[in-house]
Amino acid sequence: MGSGTGLGRVRGLGSARQGSHHWWLQRVTAIGNLILVLWFIISLLRLPSMDHAVVIKWLSSPLAAVPMALFVVNVFWHFRIGMQVIIEDYVHGGMRVITLGALHIWTFAAGGFALFAIFKIAFTGAPA
Amino acid sequence: MARNTARPLSPHLGIWKPGIHMTVSIMNRAMGAGLATIGALALVWWLVAASSGAKAYATFIGIATGWIGYVVLIGLTFAFFFHMASGIRHFVMDLGAGFELKTNRTWAWATLIAAVMLTGLTWLIILNKGL
Repeated sequence: MGSGTGLGRVRGLGSARQGSHHWWLQRVTAIGNLILVLWFIISLLRLPSMDHAVVIKWLSSPLAAVPMALFVVNVFWHFRIGMQVIIEDYVHGGMRVITLGALHIWTFAAGGFALFAIFKIAFTGAPA
Repeated sequence: MARNTARPLSPHLGIWKPGIHMTVSIMNRAMGAGLATIGALALVWWLVAASSGAKAYATFIGIATGWIGYVVLIGLTFAFFFHMASGIRHFVMDLGAGFELKTNRTWAWATLIAAVMLTGLTWLIILNKGL
């Protein structure tokens, strides 16, 4: 693979030498998602109901809270990478920078709230 | 980035006859984007509502079990199973396998059919439990 001309490199054209890492992480997190999302769906289907007390009791168990936190991290990581690829394909110029920034904020803000909620339930248990 | 407009582009959408493979391929992206936005929002809302207490949770369940809620949740279920089946298809293709025209078309249809059937199965279980 050529590395292009010196001018091309200065302009940011050509390989940044990070593409394969990005691509690989997308696959690694995909395998994680396959396991974790199926676990999530099957767990919900196995609950007797979706009542508040039932969900709180379920999430109070470390065997639910830990995989649930891993599920959030893995899924959000996966979509952070995937959405970046979509944005880079379809959004150009200044809008691309803004959209990528918004994606970043969305991923970490939503992920932060999700993790906080899981840990709050896990650590405080069912409010009487 | 400047592109020399005097140079030709590679053949793209305009000259290919649309097929199930390209439909499934772009659907994989669309479903992924849907899960990353609407799916993530629903998940965060559900978790935060559950952690905030019975009242906030009741509000969530009220909307989730209304007709908009069902449309969104069934859509998300389909989006997940489709993204999963299509993702597995792309895994196989990443290995360099399954590019023969007939094989490719067969598996493209298979991902779509698998997604519909798994969505149907999931919701049969849910409705059977009488949510």
